Amino acid sequence: MDQPQVAAPATGGPLNGTSKNALFPRLLRQLRAQTLMYYLYTLVLRAVLSCTHEKITIFKGTMMSKHVTLKNGIEPAEEGTSLWQDAWFRLRQNTFALCGLGVILFLCIVALLTPFIAPYGYEQQNLLLGAAPPSAEHWLGTDIFGRDMLTRIMYGSRVSLMVGFIATSVALVIGVLWGTIAGYAGGRVDAVMMRLVDILYALPFMIFIVLLMVVFGRNILLLFLAIGAVEWLTMARIVRGQVLSLRRQEFVEAAVSLGLSRWTIIRRHLIPNTLGPVIVYTTLTIPSVMLLEAFLSFLGLGIQPPQSSWGLLISYGVETMEEYPWLLLFPGLTLSITLFALNFLGDGLRDALDPRASKN
Amino acid sequence: MPLLEVDNLTTHFHTREGVVQAVDGISFSVDRGETLAIVGESGSGKSVACYSLLKLIPQPPGEIVAGRALFEGKDLLQADKKTLQQIRGNDIAIIFQDPMTCLNPYLTVGEQLIEPLIYHHSSSRKEATQRAIEILGEVGIVEPEKRINSYPHEFSGGMRQRVMIAMALITEPKLLICDEPTTALDVTIQAQILDLVKALQLKRNIAVIFISHDLAVVAGVADKVAVMKDGLIVEQGSVDDIFYNTQHEYTKKLLASIPEGAKPGASSPGTFNPDASSIENKPLLSINGLKTHFHDYSGGWLKRNQKVIKAVDDVSLSIQPGEILGLVGESGSGKSTLGRSILQLVPVTSGSVIFDGTDLTQLSSAQMKPMRRRMQMIFQDPYASLNPRMTVFDTLAEPLLYHGLATRKTVTEQVLALMDDVGLARSAIRKYPHEFSGGQRQRIAVGRAIATKPELVIADEPVSALDVTIQAQILDLILTLVDKHHLTMLFISHDLSVVRYIADRIAVMHHGKLVETGSTESLFSAPQHEYTQKLLSAIPVADPARERERQMTLTKLIPESTSEI
Repeated sequence: MDQPQVAAPATGGPLNGTSKNALFPRLLRQLRAQTLMYYLYTLVLRAVLSCTHEKITIFKGTMMSKHVTLKNGIEPAEEGTSLWQDAWFRLRQNTFALCGLGVILFLCIVALLTPFIAPYGYEQQNLLLGAAPPSAEHWLGTDIFGRDMLTRIMYGSRVSLMVGFIATSVALVIGVLWGTIAGYAGGRVDAVMMRLVDILYALPFMIFIVLLMVVFGRNILLLFLAIGAVEWLTMARIVRGQVLSLRRQEFVEAAVSLGLSRWTIIRRHLIPNTLGPVIVYTTLTIPSVMLLEAFLSFLGLGIQPPQSSWGLLISYGVETMEEYPWLLLFPGLTLSITLFALNFLGDGLRDALDPRASKN
Repeated sequence: MPLLEVDNLTTHFHTREGVVQAVDGISFSVDRGETLAIVGESGSGKSVACYSLLKLIPQPPGEIVAGRALFEGKDLLQADKKTLQQIRGNDIAIIFQDPMTCLNPYLTVGEQLIEPLIYHHSSSRKEATQRAIEILGEVGIVEPEKRINSYPHEFSGGMRQRVMIAMALITEPKLLICDEPTTALDVTIQAQILDLVKALQLKRNIAVIFISHDLAVVAGVADKVAVMKDGLIVEQGSVDDIFYNTQHEYTKKLLASIPEGAKPGASSPGTFNPDASSIENKPLLSINGLKTHFHDYSGGWLKRNQKVIKAVDDVSLSIQPGEILGLVGESGSGKSTLGRSILQLVPVTSGSVIFDGTDLTQLSSAQMKPMRRRMQMIFQDPYASLNPRMTVFDTLAEPLLYHGLATRKTVTEQVLALMDDVGLARSAIRKYPHEFSGGQRQRIAVGRAIATKPELVIADEPVSALDVTIQAQILDLILTLVDKHHLTMLFISHDLSVVRYIADRIAVMHHGKLVETGSTESLFSAPQHEYTQKLLSAIPVADPARERERQMTLTKLIPESTSEI
């Protein structure tokens, strides 16, 4: 593994001539900008949420009371309702969450249809035009090679959403199962499983990536592997903590004394009760995974220009922020909107999956 | 003029469902050297009333709407923050219910005791420490000079409550508010703490407001009693008036709910007769030399602490079919562990548990599964024993479906029948546990336990988390179900009066060992073991005259050293 290969995508990037020998300062600047932006989003989001909180809760309150009277009014249904059916019922009462869900679905559909509906090709350059501000032909402007930003954002969403959802789901499934099994089994099993998590935690991320590249070469599938490999660790810890306190509760003991198998107990009694923190953490994971993808692509793992992703667009946008602000603004806005939508959906899901949420 | 005179105190809570009138215009007064007991069930507003006096309720959502509370002529409700702080620390002190959570685990008790002295009396550290040692001695803590440097976890529950009392008394208050000070304690410890409060009150001539749900406790300590229900005082008067000349319906109901005497209809034909059947029948469950030991791994991974806790230590007993065996003991006596050991919920160290001819300790967990259907458990805390994310239907259908006792088609009908059995409205089938009160939740838990038509039910303190009127309902429900489904039951409780009401035979546990077993009548009339006698004599009786008599004898027993300053 030698240095030039790592730096290859950077030197192959659009700003090839300007920073050939300044990989690390640029890397640092970019990381800093990404972190800053991420925190900014979170801050704004929290502010908006706290402003609207009162409204939301009151709104939910009235909706819930309707829900309850409705349920009391009808005769018990033929089949029992499951937690998920009930959750869907409650989610439908929550306008914010529904809007979030709508936005996410819209983005997914656009991403799927991009090859058919995109106005230009993602690598179609117009060097004569150069970086142009938004206009009738190019709604969101063009980058320094004269490539249409709207098209690039649309193509970028394919990568970003895929990475965001698949990598997070992988982390979610592994993390939840690992954490639940470790927490519920306890004793030696727990100790061994969690020490493994600690070891993986302790492995420096950069070295891990380099190792992966040495073994497998450049591959987009590695992206999922690399991200999944780090994100599930925290999930496993969160879930294990939850399960540790849950398994001492009497309802779990009651399930044991009913003779239920371990797997049934985990599936029906433990996992549903860990969902609250899991969902919140998941909605926080998706955007951070999207930004992580940009970082990994930058290192040469993952996608390469002229392909695009939101993270890459943002990181190049940051560099030309002063001259061509729209190159940062539009990808940034897209990511922010996605983040907002995810957070509303996440909050809505958490409440919908907790039958007690309506009372407190 | 009384020390504290409360007039038309009204406290509301503003919730999303509307205004809750937690305290709805109550008036009472208490004088120096006097004890006023405020009695009521949970949610009656008795605690809120007292916390309102010191503005200790969260505002908002709470709001003190109207009223006056004259304390030595000053209106507490009009007082500003600073004056209130002075009064809270100096003149009025509170003892809270749970001594486990009221002390800061990171500070020594001495540190916590001298804090108010330094803050309110600007005493020097040395004086304050001296005073703290004196007061610890006064509340009956042995070797106070040493114990003052101990941390709260080094004290037992009763000792911690003594420390709490010392904390309350250290600033020489004129009024002491005790909020259920003995509810979290064992019956023998409870008797000690009550006597301590009484003795200290006499000596210092302070006024006491004693909040309790337990009429039997109140009978022993109070001079005056106020009975609260739904934010109103429905009846108040001297303790003798309340107990012997009861006016209000609700008070009568409260008094009637106290389980007293033997199981109703115990002598009627058809019910279980222990003497006859113990000879004829083979026991359904018999335990021989059962030991359940726990290893204390607090030392951590590398440094294994080899301390062994003998939770259940060589216990042998048997239960006849159709019998209700009461298992009595104080907290830490191992009674719950015994119940869990029988069901193989905790690993048994040695001994055998023979259920209907099969030794459960020898079974693998797969072999155990069909046995589990035949033996069920009812848990203590109806708030923790139900999965908050499962509806009543899910909770009750799970055992039926899992053990193949119902098909998808018939399960709704069977769940509805179960709900009828335990007295739940059919319309509640799709509700979640949090939408029910404690008593109704316990009905769900009972329903789940009898769903698989078990032969043996182990009830682990099923009523101790419930109000006294609800407690009576659940006990009657259990008795009805035992009769209807021919259940055999091991009824675990710390409350002797409950066990006396429900059990045919009683076993007494102490420090992991069984000290005495006998039929309910013989055990209560002629207890053999010293510990049983102690336990029985500590039960408070809801009869003021008998309580006074008992205390006369008890005060003589308080050692001189504890009452010396």
